[in-house]
Amino acid sequence: MARIMLENVTRRFGLVIAVDNVSLPIIDGEFFALLGPSGCGKTTTLRLIAGLEVPTAGRVHIGDRDVTGLPPRERDVAMVFQDYALYPHMTILDNVGYPLKVRGVGRREIRERVGEVAGFLQIAELLERRPAQLSGGQQQRAAVARAVVHKPQVFLFDEPLSNLDAKLRLEARGFLKHLQHELGITTVYVTHDQAEALALADRIAIMNQGRIIQVGTPLEVYRRPQTTFVAGFIGNPPMNLVPCRLEVGVEAAHLVGTTFRLDLTSLRDRLALTLRDDEEVILGIRPEHLTFCGQGDPFAIPAETYAIQPLGAECVVILLVDSTTLSVRLFTGEPPQQTGRVWVGVNPERILVYRKSGELVLG
Amino acid sequence: MTGGAPILSRRTGFFFLLPSLGFVSLFILFPFVWVFYLSFTNQTLTGVTAIQSRLVGLANYQRLLDFETWMTSGQFGNALRISAQFVVGSALIGQALLGLAIAWAFYRWRGAFREIVYTLVILAWIIPDVVVAFTWMAFLDRDRGTLNAILQLLRLAPVDWLIQQPVLSIIIFNTWRGTAFSMLLFSSALATIPPSYLESAEVAGASGWQKFRDIILPLIRSHILTDIILITLWTFNTFTPFLITGGGPAFKSELVSIYTFRIAFQFFEFGRGGAIAVAMMLINLVLALTYLTILRRQGVRT
Amino acid sequence: MRLVRLVLTRVAFYLFVTLVAAFFALPMLWLVLTPFNPRGTLAVEIPSPATMANFRLVFANAFAMRALLNSAILGIGGMLITTLVATLAAYALSRTDVPGRDFLIYALILFSSVVTGTAAMVPIFLLIFYLGLIDTLLGVILVFTGGLLPTAIFIMRDFVEGIPRSYEESALVSGATPRQMFQDVVAPLVQPGMMVVAIWAFVHVWGAFLIPFILLRSPTSMPASVAIYSFYTEAGTPIITLTSSYALLFALPVLVLYLLVNWRYGFRFFGGIKR
Repeated sequence: MARIMLENVTRRFGLVIAVDNVSLPIIDGEFFALLGPSGCGKTTTLRLIAGLEVPTAGRVHIGDRDVTGLPPRERDVAMVFQDYALYPHMTILDNVGYPLKVRGVGRREIRERVGEVAGFLQIAELLERRPAQLSGGQQQRAAVARAVVHKPQVFLFDEPLSNLDAKLRLEARGFLKHLQHELGITTVYVTHDQAEALALADRIAIMNQGRIIQVGTPLEVYRRPQTTFVAGFIGNPPMNLVPCRLEVGVEAAHLVGTTFRLDLTSLRDRLALTLRDDEEVILGIRPEHLTFCGQGDPFAIPAETYAIQPLGAECVVILLVDSTTLSVRLFTGEPPQQTGRVWVGVNPERILVYRKSGELVLG
Repeated sequence: MTGGAPILSRRTGFFFLLPSLGFVSLFILFPFVWVFYLSFTNQTLTGVTAIQSRLVGLANYQRLLDFETWMTSGQFGNALRISAQFVVGSALIGQALLGLAIAWAFYRWRGAFREIVYTLVILAWIIPDVVVAFTWMAFLDRDRGTLNAILQLLRLAPVDWLIQQPVLSIIIFNTWRGTAFSMLLFSSALATIPPSYLESAEVAGASGWQKFRDIILPLIRSHILTDIILITLWTFNTFTPFLITGGGPAFKSELVSIYTFRIAFQFFEFGRGGAIAVAMMLINLVLALTYLTILRRQGVRT
Repeated sequence: MRLVRLVLTRVAFYLFVTLVAAFFALPMLWLVLTPFNPRGTLAVEIPSPATMANFRLVFANAFAMRALLNSAILGIGGMLITTLVATLAAYALSRTDVPGRDFLIYALILFSSVVTGTAAMVPIFLLIFYLGLIDTLLGVILVFTGGLLPTAIFIMRDFVEGIPRSYEESALVSGATPRQMFQDVVAPLVQPGMMVVAIWAFVHVWGAFLIPFILLRSPTSMPASVAIYSFYTEAGTPIITLTSSYALLFALPVLVLYLLVNWRYGFRFFGGIKR
């Protein structure tokens, strides 16, 4: 078990900067997710920790050791690959036992320890088979078993669930979280699926274009996304982002859109601190913080229903406000009674305000 | 983004490449350069010029391209003409067309019949040179050969193939010998065409020929180009017909490859042989560059 | 009308296929029948009675057997060196970041198809002559290796590129040294490719005529492909009983390997599996 420390790590491929001056402390024993769209540098970051990449600049520490120049085998890490990388010419027993074999562990002890791990991961009956004879879910467990078997200091996961179908993926999420909790090994988990990151991780780092945009607990990044990028990336449907204009007077403050004017006088002082009068801003509001209301509501916005998606437990309604869309989440699951021209009310407590450039100024 | 870092360091990679580079430099690159030099000398294997060869300028080329005599029997121009006939007849008309026809006939056809035909065609391709040379000498023999026996069954006059029709004989032989490559290339090209393409044409009412012309041909065009250039290159350089006709009678089937052999390895005049070799390699180079250009432009690999 | 056309197409198809089969089968009939015929003839006859006497003749001929051994030495030598060297190169080309790798491959293929045949033998003969390797099996093996390598690397690279890098990376992260990674993971995975290249190279060298014909002079170093031209009567006509059975014997390994490849891999097709 160990903490991981990235210090100003940069990795360039020719002209492309895959990882751009990333500094990241990962706490001993935590489940840490690297989240971002494809090409954001999250996998490269993981491979830098594994030792499969060498940083162009910066240092990598695992535990108390600076491992920057060390090959993977001297880092005591284990990694589960997206395609599992189970060797097709070996049985599952030999696959899972491989990290022990290269450490010079004897055949009998390998058998014993693989048996233990296999029992825990429910693949004990499959040990004599070859990877090709296993289902996707079984292969995934075998790959995890191979990572667990030598009790490494650090677990690295590179999108391990993306090759599973939707149902198995949900199952595997629960199993991975339970496993990590049982073993308490520091885990870095790369994914592009925000729901997966929220469900699994103790803390999440959101990356974009090689940089870390925000680090926080799932609730922190969900509730207070530091930039509009994070806001738009996390949550399904993502946060509504409505461009509007700020009017700050001596006493009052309003957010003005083309068809609405929200009274934010209660927040006037905080807004005036960082924003100018007549500045263009972006209003951020989660779909669950919008409700249907009457015209008289002071926080009402006029809208047009566009599409209604009943999902069972909840109902997502897409609205058109001028040229932008708004998603509304109704927790009752009942579709709205009224369609066509409607009014939605904004919960003023839950409003976030971003600069036009994207950073959060109020929330 | 994945797979950025190499698994091998450049240093290790270089060591892995070293033996290959050695072989290729010594047996491909160096000969290519050296033969140009040789072609300007009067190098021979025996005699004074074996030890003390000297530069003779363009003499070898002048002799090669002496337009007074070069189309006469046993000269370079004549060999070029025969090679051209041989390439057009056996590679383009023979191998490519027959290969395409067989591949198309068995498109969407599995089973014993296909296996038998494919096996026969492939066997003709992989049996060693000298073995097929003997079987073809027997096949074409004037008095007892199988071909004439068949002609007699059909009440046709027997032909002394190797004497009367030496070029036609080696053209038919080389078609037989090399059709497998085109057949395999085209059948693997056809295998990549989704059946739905043809089914939608069938639904639209296309006939067999229309399907072939409008759908298959455009889709395998790049394969056809690849095939034609490769088999042209190989057919131009093949030496096997020598084993059947020896280039005769009276140089009537003397291909450029056989002509080169005669000058360099029967007369042991390497200077002259070098000049012919340069000419051959330049023709090869043009063909190969055409091939690579097409390959590059289309990003197609066989 | 439709039915008539359908029947006609069918008839045309079978006619075409039969003609093709006949065209490719007929020249081979002689090779299959004559070795078992006590009378050496150029005609296709059913041997009566069928005999193995011709083969006994071959086996008793020390020169003929020596030539087969030479062919085997050339074939196996060329096969081993080509496969090994090509595998190393293909792996390096696939797994390093050497700049211009693709260009290198294509340039190699280009040159190997330009420097080929009798034209290439002019400088290569002199090269081997000056290296003192004339009339040695080693010289022939080296020349073959040089000529086969570019295509062998090309075929091999296709195999190596088909192996996901995550296999090797996972071995490294599991704690393997580069050496262990090669032994346990890379070697088994590239083995099918090596088999294909090895068979391809062997068939090539075994059957080749031109290169050994030019580079080997003495009877003791001749391979079977050259030696077969020694079985002539004093009148200058071939001794057909001996020649035909020797030819069949010489073709046998190639036929066996074809069956093996067909059974094991299905005759999969690689760019220029034979030239």
